[in-house]
Amino acid sequence: MTDLPGYPSRRNFLKGSAAGFALTGIAASAEAQTEAPVSLDEYQTEYLNEAEWAFIMAATARLIPSEGDGPGAIETRVPVFIDRQLASDYGTADDWYMEGPHDADAEPNRGWQTPLNPAEVYRQAIPVFDAWCQDTHGAGFAELDEERQDAALTSLSNGDVALAPEVRDFWSLLLSNTKEGYFADPQYGGNAGMQSWVYIGFPGARAAYREWPERHNIEYPLGPVSISGERA
Amino acid sequence: MARTEPKKDVVIVGLGWTGSIAGIELAQEGLDIVALERGHDQNTVPNFEYPQQIDELKYGVRVKMMQKPSQQTLTVRRSGDETALPYRSLGSFLPGNGVGGAGTHWNGLNWRPMPEELRLRSYVTENWGEDIIPEGMTIGDYPVSYDELEPFFTQFEKVAGIAGKAGNLNGEIQEGGNPFEGWRSEEFPMPAHKPTFDSAKFGEAASAMGYHPFTASAGIASTSYTNPYGMQMGPCNFCGFCERFGCYQYSKSSPQTAILGALKQYPNFEYRTNSEVLKIETAPDGQTATGVTYWDEEAQEEVFQPADIVILSSYQLNNVHLMLLSGIGGPVYDPVTGEGVLGKNYAYQMNGGVSMFFEDEQFNPFVGHGANGIALDDFAINQNDFGALGFIGGSYWRSGTFNGQPIRSMRLPSGTPAWGAGWKEGIKKWYGHSMSIGSHGSHMAYANNHLDLDPTYTDRHGRPLMRMTFNWQDNDLRMNQYMKSKMEPLAASMNPDLMQSGFKGPGAQYDVRPYQTTHNTGGHIMSTNAREGSVNRYSQAWDKHNVFVMGAGNFVQNTQYNPTGLVGGLAYHTVNAIRTQYLSNPRPLV
Repeated sequence: MTDLPGYPSRRNFLKGSAAGFALTGIAASAEAQTEAPVSLDEYQTEYLNEAEWAFIMAATARLIPSEGDGPGAIETRVPVFIDRQLASDYGTADDWYMEGPHDADAEPNRGWQTPLNPAEVYRQAIPVFDAWCQDTHGAGFAELDEERQDAALTSLSNGDVALAPEVRDFWSLLLSNTKEGYFADPQYGGNAGMQSWVYIGFPGARAAYREWPERHNIEYPLGPVSISGERA
Repeated sequence: MARTEPKKDVVIVGLGWTGSIAGIELAQEGLDIVALERGHDQNTVPNFEYPQQIDELKYGVRVKMMQKPSQQTLTVRRSGDETALPYRSLGSFLPGNGVGGAGTHWNGLNWRPMPEELRLRSYVTENWGEDIIPEGMTIGDYPVSYDELEPFFTQFEKVAGIAGKAGNLNGEIQEGGNPFEGWRSEEFPMPAHKPTFDSAKFGEAASAMGYHPFTASAGIASTSYTNPYGMQMGPCNFCGFCERFGCYQYSKSSPQTAILGALKQYPNFEYRTNSEVLKIETAPDGQTATGVTYWDEEAQEEVFQPADIVILSSYQLNNVHLMLLSGIGGPVYDPVTGEGVLGKNYAYQMNGGVSMFFEDEQFNPFVGHGANGIALDDFAINQNDFGALGFIGGSYWRSGTFNGQPIRSMRLPSGTPAWGAGWKEGIKKWYGHSMSIGSHGSHMAYANNHLDLDPTYTDRHGRPLMRMTFNWQDNDLRMNQYMKSKMEPLAASMNPDLMQSGFKGPGAQYDVRPYQTTHNTGGHIMSTNAREGSVNRYSQAWDKHNVFVMGAGNFVQNTQYNPTGLVGGLAYHTVNAIRTQYLSNPRPLV
């Protein structure tokens, strides 16, 4: 497997773990008759180009880091979720009213007013943010160390990175899509192994609690199931 | 015009709650009926089946059960000084789509209005004088009273299958119910649900402060149940997927569970999906409608459907839009002169709440249903001294788990980082260890808040979009701040580790992005005469006597409750008038 440039050693270790998990999955799949996901390094993107993928890998790894208790965005394969969402009718805003004229500079509380769809916002904003990182921190985002990556994301979240009005929602899209990928059903490519549900204690698609309304202040004991019937 | 269909006795525009009610009640009269539904067909099986329905991303976040703005939307501005911009992606409100409409994806919160809310202007004037009504507030009396509607509220509750405990049976206050509600002629069709941990805690704290908590009424079955049409419901298992979802187990009250299976048995009823009504057509004399023109998505052509009676039963926003496009419902309202009626008194809902965090207690937030909880009405419209408090309005409060889905319902203490290691620690520490109390408040009518046609933006058929002019007003914001001042001490009495409030305050501007509520009301309001509204007390258009307009667009101002109970009651009141007064002698009924 090839390392993405600029990943510090801890990240290499964790990525290695994720890849190891994937390889184990492949080994087990002969018996389980289930298809194990390819490692993130071998994943063929559906929408993101190479530089965008490197950015999404690096950014989501800081938004939901791997250190500490609980899974991070990398182990839960959030980048795969984002790539697939941007390739889907969400990325192309098929359900949204996109007719002009557009007033992208309207007050934010007027809602989505850019002529761009979410996939286009990612495509146009990532190079701008990377260039800002280059100017401000001396390297593109993915090449920065964790401390500088966090500082850059903080600047992005505070509106300190100059973005054209058409892409000003990039930060909120990135953060919300990352959390969606962390918590959504695994069929969308993220939340691998339902790890985030196990971590917080959400039973996923169980959706049957008839005897539980009257069990007050008692922790629900069962782990999650997914829509496809996986258990964890 | 590519095609004209054979004439029908009745054409129904929109097959949600009120279209289904009109369909089955008029089918019983033997009338030949067609319902036209803009969206797709859907039913419990296969559309809402387990497990595919238990998908927060698809239905909760990407809102795949809802109207697609690419097909239909509107523009929004806060005042006449702003340029309206399209509501491009759904946020603040979520109109439904497809058979069943919003009745499939609601929470099941079924309430009746208070009697005082239906004669609000008189109630205010009699008790405090006309002078306390602020300039620009355009509240009125409904042209129909609570007493007249009571049998129809009861009828809707039996059909919909509502669970609860009466607080006022024929004027006698009942232990365990809401002592401040309007009278009921009968007990609820199903018993009240058992309280979850959070609602029980809330109820105990409220009782200790001398308030009067009761179990919220719910369009969620608490037992097995068969309604007057023979439709069957099964008891809810608290799966936690109500709002934005179809119910997979026949427990949530909906057109599918309560009416449509019975309605489809009538050979004199048919419905066509993917059939979007574009315009109501008018006879040359201007006194009646001749039918509707719709877009047949499958055939990709316009179709004229002639009919003797037009039932306009789509969502409130779409009803008003169709009336604006068709020249039905009277002259368009002008907020500057106060002249005109169509588009008048658009109203919404003023909500707030308190969140409480208990690190060592476990709430299992995924165990619940949309109408779960203990409520109280101690700060309701008929309990507040408007003169002393300085506002007109009120709210009901409720606490009960309804949705622990983690993308949208990750309640965290303020100050928790939005991302990074601190966020990840926070979600583990607090998920399942918090509860909330909501205040669901009234929204008055104002000259500023109205609906008309947009001058710039058009839909895929080339029709102008509707334009909403709406902003929060001081009166309702003061009401909300009063609820905050009363709710915080109650929340504090429960000794949470942390608590935080979310109530809009002075100067709040309407923000279309976060979900607030799909309780859009008014625009084709009921009135005692054609100078004040678009329809009469039977929801009959003043200017076209064979057009009956259903839904929350009839609301003179919004109540403090979720609208479905009043929508259902008005629908049965209207179809009763059609059956008993109109069919034998079609004419203006007032």
